[in-house]
Amino acid sequence: MDWLFTFPHLDDAILTATKKSIDESFRAFTRAYGDLIETLFYPLQLFLNFCEHFMTDTPWPLILLLLLGTAWIASRSWKVVAGTFAILFVIGFLGMWTDTMKTVSMIFVSTIIAVVIGLPIGIALSRSERLRRLINPVLDIMQTMPSFVYLIPVVMLLGIGKVPGLIAVVIYALPPMIRMTDLGIRLVDRDVLEAADAFGSSSGQKLLKVQLPLAMPNIMAGINQTIMMTLAMVVVAAMIGVQGLGQPVLKAIANQYFTLGMFNGFAIVGIAVIFDRVSQAYGLRLQKHREVVHG
Amino acid sequence: MAEDAHAAFGVRIRNLYKIFGPYPERHIAAIKAGMSKAELNEKHHHVLGLRNINIEMPAGGIHVIMGLSGSGKSTLIRHINRLIDPSFGEILVGDQDVVTMAPDELRDFRRHKTAMVFQKFALLPHRTVLDNTVYGLEIQGVPRARQVDAAMRWIERVGLKGFEKRYPNQLSGGMQQRVGLARALTNDAPILLMDEAYSALDPLIRVDMQTVLLDIQKEVRKTIVFITHDLDEALRLGDQIAILRDGEVVQHGTSQDIVLNPADDYVANFVRQVNRGRVVRTASAMTALSPDAAAGLPTIAGDVTVEEAARALRAHQADALTVVDTAGKPIGRITMRDVLTTLFPMPES
Repeated sequence: MDWLFTFPHLDDAILTATKKSIDESFRAFTRAYGDLIETLFYPLQLFLNFCEHFMTDTPWPLILLLLLGTAWIASRSWKVVAGTFAILFVIGFLGMWTDTMKTVSMIFVSTIIAVVIGLPIGIALSRSERLRRLINPVLDIMQTMPSFVYLIPVVMLLGIGKVPGLIAVVIYALPPMIRMTDLGIRLVDRDVLEAADAFGSSSGQKLLKVQLPLAMPNIMAGINQTIMMTLAMVVVAAMIGVQGLGQPVLKAIANQYFTLGMFNGFAIVGIAVIFDRVSQAYGLRLQKHREVVHG
Repeated sequence: MAEDAHAAFGVRIRNLYKIFGPYPERHIAAIKAGMSKAELNEKHHHVLGLRNINIEMPAGGIHVIMGLSGSGKSTLIRHINRLIDPSFGEILVGDQDVVTMAPDELRDFRRHKTAMVFQKFALLPHRTVLDNTVYGLEIQGVPRARQVDAAMRWIERVGLKGFEKRYPNQLSGGMQQRVGLARALTNDAPILLMDEAYSALDPLIRVDMQTVLLDIQKEVRKTIVFITHDLDEALRLGDQIAILRDGEVVQHGTSQDIVLNPADDYVANFVRQVNRGRVVRTASAMTALSPDAAAGLPTIAGDVTVEEAARALRAHQADALTVVDTAGKPIGRITMRDVLTTLFPMPES
């Protein structure tokens, strides 16, 4: 009756051998190509360093002004600017300014990369049903696979540092950008597309002048989601050496520093609130034309 | 000059068939041999959109295609700029066959030869009235200053001056369709396609927009193809009217032909609802000029409506009027009895 209580499985020896051989071949691959891949990502490293230095080396009043100015340009709302100031002030006052700036820089770069990769893929998906069927399961995996799992090959290839952290964050944050771009373009009114065709638009003109502008509310929602997801990854990324608000949290977990954990946790929440409100206000402003509906 | 250029762009539709479904080419022969729409649908699950359409639309006229929903009229107009590909047939615009155009030729044709107005307006909601109006020229790559010049002229002409900076959502339906019309006219294409352009508008605004179109047409003399389900609209606008039913043309002629000699019961049924006094011309209602006709009767032109004739008879307190042609030559005589016979024809026994 023993077989009823043990699921029939491959012989342990075979399993171990299989895992070992896969590991070995991947390790061989990293040994052979690790340097090359690292070189490929070197420009990204430079960009990340540049952004971080800019945020941390510039005098804080200038950075504060820059952030408030961005909030104003995007939202045109004094309430949002005042909220931004209050949150940044508290964060700085509690001694987390530098860590916060490192995190903001990381999120900025991750979001840019996610948009640059996600937008074209989303556009491609909206144009091909077949590609969509192919990519959709990949996106599902990217979103549900525990991030620690894909940290392993990334770390094996690139070691510990900002770039592997960035890659992990982007993998996690990319799907909503792709999905929302695809959805937004698919939702564009067919009558309007027909009109664009009737006037002889080329497919590029249709994309730039009709589809993307009309998909913008959804694309903005995708960017907003992407930002939120990069923030969610801050602590995980800290495990592979990304500096910022994540590292004190890790320290707090290891040493049971309750207050340190709380402070840094709330700082993450704080910048999440800033990013969210500012990007949403900007998205809303893009749709001014929808507001006044004739009665 | 412009008129000469436009004169070349009449539209000739020849032996046009459209079958909707995955394999139209398999059934085209059977349809040509006379298979019915119902049979095609039942046995082969394909839908017959158009059957053997032959329409000549000379340049510079308003050609109305009338039919109820499902008659294939919107399908037909979309064949002219090939928003829909035909299953069989030719669509000749000038001397070009639209059906055989390559994609870039077709794009060029749509940019320069046609412009379209849509039932649901289909304006770009994120663009202002002005930016909507310039759209056609913008994608042609015309310099912005010229785009705006042309657009402002037409915006003013359709009565939207002062609204250039508004968004479509801020305008009423009638005003939105004026934008649609201005956008099409700014393109300055010889062919104007209007797909139920006024069907979504209130009756009063619709009549208003018909007047706008007729006025503009006097200047621009484009080849206009106008789709409608409203016979009054068709009779008011159309130099030529084609009546479509189940994808086939049941009658094609002038408004006089349609009202006075309906081809079948289907058309007769429509015509019964029409105010004949405003459609039939005196020249169609008059009787022959009798040799002993008293000279000195008041005259009336042959191309005014019977309603006008009745009004004139009453104003002159006369029993009869002499109908004259455009040169002033007498061509017939119209009496109150003729007017009544026209307005209330004897039911056919």
